[in-house]
Amino acid sequence: MKISDIVEQFNLEVFSGKEGLAREVKGGYVSDLLSDVMGNSKEGQLWITLQTHKNVMAIASLKDLAAVILVKSFKPNEDTVKQSELEGVPILGTTENTFEITGKIFQYLKENEII
Amino acid sequence: MVMHFEYDIEGGDFSKAGNVSSLLKKTLKQLVGNHKIVKRIVVSMYEAEVNVVAHAYSGKVIIDIDTDKISIQVKDKGPGIEDIEQAMQDGYSTASEKVREMGFGAGMGLSNIKNNSDEFELTSKLGEGTELKIVAYLKNL
Repeated sequence: MKISDIVEQFNLEVFSGKEGLAREVKGGYVSDLLSDVMGNSKEGQLWITLQTHKNVMAIASLKDLAAVILVKSFKPNEDTVKQSELEGVPILGTTENTFEITGKIFQYLKENEII
Repeated sequence: MVMHFEYDIEGGDFSKAGNVSSLLKKTLKQLVGNHKIVKRIVVSMYEAEVNVVAHAYSGKVIIDIDTDKISIQVKDKGPGIEDIEQAMQDGYSTASEKVREMGFGAGMGLSNIKNNSDEFELTSKLGEGTELKIVAYLKNL
């Protein structure tokens, strides 16, 4: 499954990093604590968070995460967008809260036997 | 010795946090490929970098890549750690409110470093600074 499939299925906004939309999704991780994501996320996962600053992209890139999804209509900072373009890691957005979007994506990945 | 690198880190500058880790990751990927050791050492390097940015005034990173191991030393000039045992406890942090709001300062950094290295040594002098030495062995793939 590709990130573009998730974008289409859940009508996500694509803020940046469009060239990364063809990346493969292998699961997801949810946390707003950066060290938690650093220590526990796995390559190819979608990261769902409300953090919008540039360091989010450093972590997503260092951990080879598939994409970042910002919840509750949060927008990425300008330098976060720049970094996303540079690294080719997409930043996506949803109007839904973490609980809602995580539940839906979890269900979808499960149905499609990704997780 | 295969390669030796030295980098400076500026305290307080979060916009550059992760730059050393990113360079190290790229170098290691070229040298050893997509091995588990690269993922582990990158976690350690990032957390160590963030610790300097969040707590110290300045720091120096010394990286030695050998045929059988990767050694990293991070020496900072800063307030130092009063009680290392306490600092090592999960959830313990002295990070500022501002730093915590960014999602840092969860008290998980030092244990992330320890869990992702084969040797771990942390020493500190109050009012002077802190020194971290870690080693990851390539045979532990």
